[in-house]
Formats: sequence, C-alpha cells, structure tokens
Amino acid sequence: MTNSTNNGDKRVKISVRELYKIFGDDPESVLPYAQEGMDKPQMLQEHGHVLGLQNINVDMREGEITVIMGLSGSGKSTLIRHLNRLIEPTSGQILVDGEDVMGYNEAQLRKLRRERMSMVFQKFALLPHRTVLENAGMAQAVRGYTRRDFEADANRWLDRVGLSGYDAQYPYQLSGGMQQRVGIARALAANSDIMLMDEAFSALDPLIRTDMQDLLLDLQQELSKTVVFITHDLDEALKLADHLVILKDGYIVQQGEPQEILLRPNDPYIVDFISDINRARVLRTRSVMEPTTQPPEGSSGDVDSNDTLESVIAKAEGNTAKVFRVVHEGKQVGVLDMQMVVRALVPTGASSEGIRAAAV
Amino acid sequence: MATYDGLFNALGLREWCNSGTSDAPMSMADLISKTSGDSAESSLWTIPFPSMDAFNAACSNFPQSRDLTQGLESGFLSVKDSLKVVLDPLTQPLSWMLSGAIDVMLSTPWWILIPLLLLVTWAVSRRWSVLLLVAITLCGLAFIDHYEYAMQTLAIIFVCALICVLLGVPIGIAMSRSDRLQRGVIPILDMLQTLPPFVYLIPLIFLFSVTEPKLYGIAVILYAIVPVIRLTDLGIRLVDKEVIEAADAFGMTPRQKLYGVQIPLALPNIMAGVNQTIMMSLAMVVIASMVSAPGLGILVLRGIRNLELGVGLVAGLGIVLLAVILDRVTKAALQRVNRAQN
Ligand SMILES: Nc1ncnc2c1ncn2[C@@H]1O[C@H](COP(=O)(O)OP(=O)(O)O)[C@@H](O)[C@H]1O
Ligand SMILES: [Mg+2]
Repeated sequence: MTNSTNNGDKRVKISVRELYKIFGDDPESVLPYAQEGMDKPQMLQEHGHVLGLQNINVDMREGEITVIMGLSGSGKSTLIRHLNRLIEPTSGQILVDGEDVMGYNEAQLRKLRRERMSMVFQKFALLPHRTVLENAGMAQAVRGYTRRDFEADANRWLDRVGLSGYDAQYPYQLSGGMQQRVGIARALAANSDIMLMDEAFSALDPLIRTDMQDLLLDLQQELSKTVVFITHDLDEALKLADHLVILKDGYIVQQGEPQEILLRPNDPYIVDFISDINRARVLRTRSVMEPTTQPPEGSSGDVDSNDTLESVIAKAEGNTAKVFRVVHEGKQVGVLDMQMVVRALVPTGASSEGIRAAAV
Repeated sequence: MATYDGLFNALGLREWCNSGTSDAPMSMADLISKTSGDSAESSLWTIPFPSMDAFNAACSNFPQSRDLTQGLESGFLSVKDSLKVVLDPLTQPLSWMLSGAIDVMLSTPWWILIPLLLLVTWAVSRRWSVLLLVAITLCGLAFIDHYEYAMQTLAIIFVCALICVLLGVPIGIAMSRSDRLQRGVIPILDMLQTLPPFVYLIPLIFLFSVTEPKLYGIAVILYAIVPVIRLTDLGIRLVDKEVIEAADAFGMTPRQKLYGVQIPLALPNIMAGVNQTIMMSLAMVVIASMVSAPGLGILVLRGIRNLELGVGLVAGLGIVLLAVILDRVTKAALQRVNRAQN
C-alpha cells in the first residue's frame, strides 16, 4: 500500500477481539451455533434469538477515524455501545490501551467513561433542563467540578464549535445542527482520548451535515483523537474514514482503507453498496497510480498523492494523452496517466480483476 | 325438608350434620319460610342457589353466611389491639401535624394569613390572573363568614398533600427502578383508586377513635396518594432513553442520574400527579367530615342532615371555589416547569 496516512505503525488504541452479542432469553445456550457460523436469519428462525454481533475483530488506531458502516439493523449501535460497555457482550474481549475492559469493576468502568471516552448521540441527548454551557460542561460536572471550574473550559469549546454567545440558551432554543455542536463541545470538553459518535450527523439536513463533517475533520487535524464514527451513509463514511468497517447482519463483510475497499470489494453486497457513488470524487491518485520514482516521459505536471481523480481530470482538461508525476511531500511517489484514471472510474464488480492489474 | 338434604345424605355426612346441638340461630329466610307455612315444596323453578344458607338449612352444622361476616369482624377485633400498638405511635405525628396546622391557620389573624397565602400563590404561579382569582375567592369566602371553615379544609389538604408527596415520590421512584415492585404495587394502587371512598372509613373507624385527627388524615392520604405514585413512576420511566444513555456514557453514578436527570425530567409528570393528589384530598376531606374532619364538609353534612338547603349549597360552592384555586395554582406551577424544559 502506498498510502501515507494509514501506514499501520500507529498504536492500536481500541482492540475488539472475537466479540459476540446475542439478544434473547438464553444467549449462552445458542452461542456455540453463532461461533460455528450460523447466520442471523437462521438463528432467529431456529433458536428464537437475535444475533446482534458475530465474531467482530477490529483494531482502532490512535488518532484515526474508524468508521463503522452498515444498513439499519446491522449492529452498528450495538457494536459502539460495547466499547464503553453500555451493552455487555455475550463473549469476547475489548481492549482499550491494552487493558481488558471486561475485567473492570464498576468504579473502574465509571472512570473509563468519565475520563477516557466520550460519546456523541444521534438525537443529541442533551439535558433539556440545563443551559448550553451546563451541557457543555456536563463531563466535568459529573466529575465533581463546579460551574466556576468548568465555565472557561466549556466556553472555549463552545467557541471552537462555533457557538459563541449561546451559552445561556436552552437546547430547545437551538436548531438541530446547533444542538449537535453542543453535543460535540460536550464530548470535547470531557478531554478524553476517545470519541464515540453514533450516527452523530444522520439527523441533520444535508448542508448542515457537510458543515459538521468539515468541522469534525478540522478538529481532528488539531486534536488527533481516536474517533469511532458510525454511519449508514457511504459518502459520509468515505469522506471521514481512515479505516472503514462494513457490517452486515452483525458480521464484518470487509474492513480496510476506504480506497482499498472501493477498488477491491470482496463481496457482492459491497459492490452493490459502492455502485452508485461518484468514484472520481472519492478515489485519490495514490490509489490508482503506478508507484515508481522514475520520472515519466513527457510529464504534463505534478499532482499530489491525495488529490482526487476529479481534480486530475479537471487539470488534464479532458486530454486523455497526458501523464502526471504524483508527488507526496515534494517527492515523487508514482506516475499517473489518463488511462489509469478512466479505468478506475468504471464501477468495480466483475471488472475488479482488471482494475487490480492496472493499479498494482 | 330442605332442598339439599339429599346431597348431605349421599355424601354420608348426615351424622356429622346432626351431631352437636342444632340450635344455630335461624336466618331471616328460615323465619319467613316458617311463618308462611311449610311450603318448602321444591319445584325446579324455586330451587335455591347452593349457598351457605341453603346448605345450612339442610345441615345445621354447615356455617351460615352471616358467620362469615361475623368471623371477619371478630378476627379484625382480635388483631386490632396488637395492630394499634404498632400503628398508634407510627401515626401519632399525623394527628399532631393536623391539629397543629389547623391551630396555626386559625390563630393567625386573617390580615396576616390571607396576604401570606397570596404570597405563596405568587411564588408558585407567577401569574397575575391566578393571584387575582385566589384573592377574590379567599376574600369572598371570608366575606360570607366561611373563612374559618375554608382555612380548616385548606390546612388538612396542605398537610395531607405534603405527606402524600413525601411518601409517594420515593415509592414511585422505587417502582420505576424495579419491574417486580411495579407489578406488586400497581394492583394495590388500582384497589385504592377503585374502592368507594366510604369504604376506607370502615376499618379506620375500628382502629382509631373518631375524635383523633389521624383517622381522617389516613383516609385522605390513602385515597389521594395514588396519582402522585403513579405519575412519578410513569414520569421516570418515560425519560428519554438516549438522555439516560448519555448520563451513563459520561459516567454518572446512579445518584447523579436520579437527581440530575431523572427527577428533573420527570418533574412535569410528578407535578401533574401532585395536582391530582391535591384535588383528590379535597374530595376526600369533604367525605371525611362524617368522621369529624372539620371544615366546609361539616356544613355540607349539616345541610344534608338537617335539610338546611342554603347552608349546604353555599358550603358546596365554597368547596368548588377552593377546588378551582388549588387547581389553577398547581397548574400554573406545572406550566412554569414545562416552559423551562421545552
Ligand atoms: N435490546 C435488544 N433486544 C433485542 N434485539 C436487539 C436489541 N438491541 C438491538 N437488537 C437487534 O440487534 C440488531 C442490531 O441493532 P442496532 O445495533 O441498533 O443496529 P443499527 O444501529 O446498525 O441500526 C437489530 O436486529 C436489532 O433488532
Ligand atoms: Mg443505530
């Protein structure tokens, strides 16, 4: 992989190991069937239990945004709630900074939730009887600080998310987008390394949603938190993800770098999923170039390794004969000709072999 | 010959029936049938339901149904003394509170008490219209010389409603936390709510003397506590699941969650329960005047007993007015809570 942002040398912050979750009267009794690979519909029909999660193994790296994507009911919320043990697993391990969270007692668990993880919710989940400022300072208030202690800090985060001057308002006086900004300020003010976001932007209008995604990416540049982000929207997932996990019926269909998944989907389910997106806008030069440090003949100029194919096409002004040098931090990392670009734009499916050949 | 003779013969119980002295007291039905001659000829049309009394007629050792009521009564009387040993000290503070509150309300001069009540009204409702309504009502009742009666009624309601809240809110909270407790308590609440108010008074009269204020105090509390328990339980269960999840996700202790999230968010429902509790206290305090609860109810009772139409009607009107102002004040308070939340 030529990618520089996902080079695998970052520390694993959260590690989920062989996680199973079964809902029903006696989950233990049907666990063996799930471990042998019985799928969700069969489990429901034959044993009357809902298979929530099946053999989940994910490493979430420090400072990255891990996006968990899947259709409604695929187990996304169930999975993210295991990370801070709002839901108890039927079997499996959850390691945070190498420690098994399952072994925590109540006090340790509370400490984990107060100091190391914070959460942003789909429907905001603000305290309606508290002001915006008090909501933003909720994490500190829970730890026992008084309003005077957290006021400055909470106000700083409100300013950062663009809510200066709203501190004395109540949540119901704000629009949905503004309420979610309060939700984000609340999570940031907790000053935790890990931020869990369950469909945090799904309830917002498209334009506001784009704003919020940009805000998150901005903040991430600055703060480098370990973010676990849940969405059912592929465009959102591709925009935010450093590492993308695709869930279906409680199991992981594929996970990896988003570009990788786009170019090499390993399941018809994912092919379906990605068939409708604008590939030129999502794919980046580094994923389709030919990696080499040899300068190409007749180069028409340089493109950055993180540029999208769309911008390359614009730069070539439609001329299919052009060849570009792909550079990363000033050094050449590959070459890209327009044929590679055009080939990469064909939706992957049966043709995935061809694209693989072109891209390697 | 009684209808069911054959049954006892067939079961071989004749001997047991006739053993012992068969001088059981005669039931009314026996007496009537005796006086109307031996017409106990049984056709299919007149066959009696196989009741206790019918069996008794055939077998004098079989108990009569009045033995049931008498047994209940003697059973109650036999446990009464030991029950009193427990209940008396437990409920004594209620008597003191009630007579104390009535004393204070009556011994405070009207020109202090009325402004004080108006001040409370303002503090709770913050509405000029409500304040004006209360002022007119209190002064109007005082003008027609019903001031003392009205104050007695109010004093009883204040004490009883306060105790209802102090007991009912914790019970409601406990119910909201345990499905098992909820399943156990709801039938009791249903019973308390469906029993006609008069029925409460029957066992209470046996337990306590009619001169004790706690007698009517307990009757009022038992009757009026139901809504505040129900709505506290409901209110806490209805708190937005996601907000509760947020409280957990940020590491709140159960205590922080209860006082910081659940009770404040359930407050509109709890207040609606308090409103209903106050209205039901008023209804019961009128009925309780039969067991010496003072206040406007006494006048209504006088109107019924002595056929003094005017006295009864005016007192009834006074009760309606009290009901209206209590309702308006608590509703205004409820609206303030609602406005603060959304
Ligand atoms: N408490 C529960 N009891 C039974 N089934 C549940 C429970 N919670 C979730 N499920 C089931 O688990 C599956 C995954 O749910 P969820 O994680 O909420 O999906 P998502 O967030 O991806 O929409 C669904 O089929 C849902 O019906
Ligand atoms: Mg969900």
